[in-house]
Amino acid sequence: MSIKVRYFASLKELIGQAGDDCEFVSGMTVLDVWQALLPEKAMPTNVLAAINMEYVSLDSILKDEDELAFFPPVTGG
Amino acid sequence: MIKICTSELEPYKEIEAYQIQQKKVLLGKQGAANIFIGTMRDFNEGEEVKGMTLEHYPGMTEKQLEHVVAETEAQWSLLDTLVIHRVGDVFPDDVLVLVVVWSVHRGTAFDACRFIMEALKSKVPFWKKEILSDGSRRWVDKNTDGYVELS
Repeated sequence: MSIKVRYFASLKELIGQAGDDCEFVSGMTVLDVWQALLPEKAMPTNVLAAINMEYVSLDSILKDEDELAFFPPVTGG
Repeated sequence: MIKICTSELEPYKEIEAYQIQQKKVLLGKQGAANIFIGTMRDFNEGEEVKGMTLEHYPGMTEKQLEHVVAETEAQWSLLDTLVIHRVGDVFPDDVLVLVVVWSVHRGTAFDACRFIMEALKSKVPFWKKEILSDGSRRWVDKNTDGYVELS
């Protein structure tokens, strides 16, 4: 019963790791996961989130075994 | 076709090979092909840049590129598209991105190609980290103001 969490780019450096696992709790949101894993780190205002590789809002509800990613605004092209 | 490229991106070879592969789709029907090639500069934000690392989110990158192409195809009638993006370590003059749109008429090819590039820059998970001339590194934190309509 867990959520696989991934961090990318400058956020990965800020947090100091590429990912983590979060114990799944029914009804938990994207923001709940951040607060559970990083209670001492305020979320930067421009953070983007994706569940299973699709963009979501911070109040989106997770399912068990979801992959949740946090990352800064994209800069490709 | 969508492709992530981990070594040198040679746009003209890619286009030639793809056109041969897709001749059933293109021959006799294509009236226009619009090609965009994005290349690395040796300066950004007033600083000399000697190299760059392009990070991406494997899997999500391809998924979001597919969404961008599908969104484009819903808006314009296209014959075919080719989108290739480089990742990894790159240097000035390396090609970073190739977008080709084939269509019956030129207006569609121009507009759809521009739309794909703008959507890519604002939605697809790639991140650039620059190496400056003094060896320091910095993340590029702003890429685009989004699509700007030409007047």
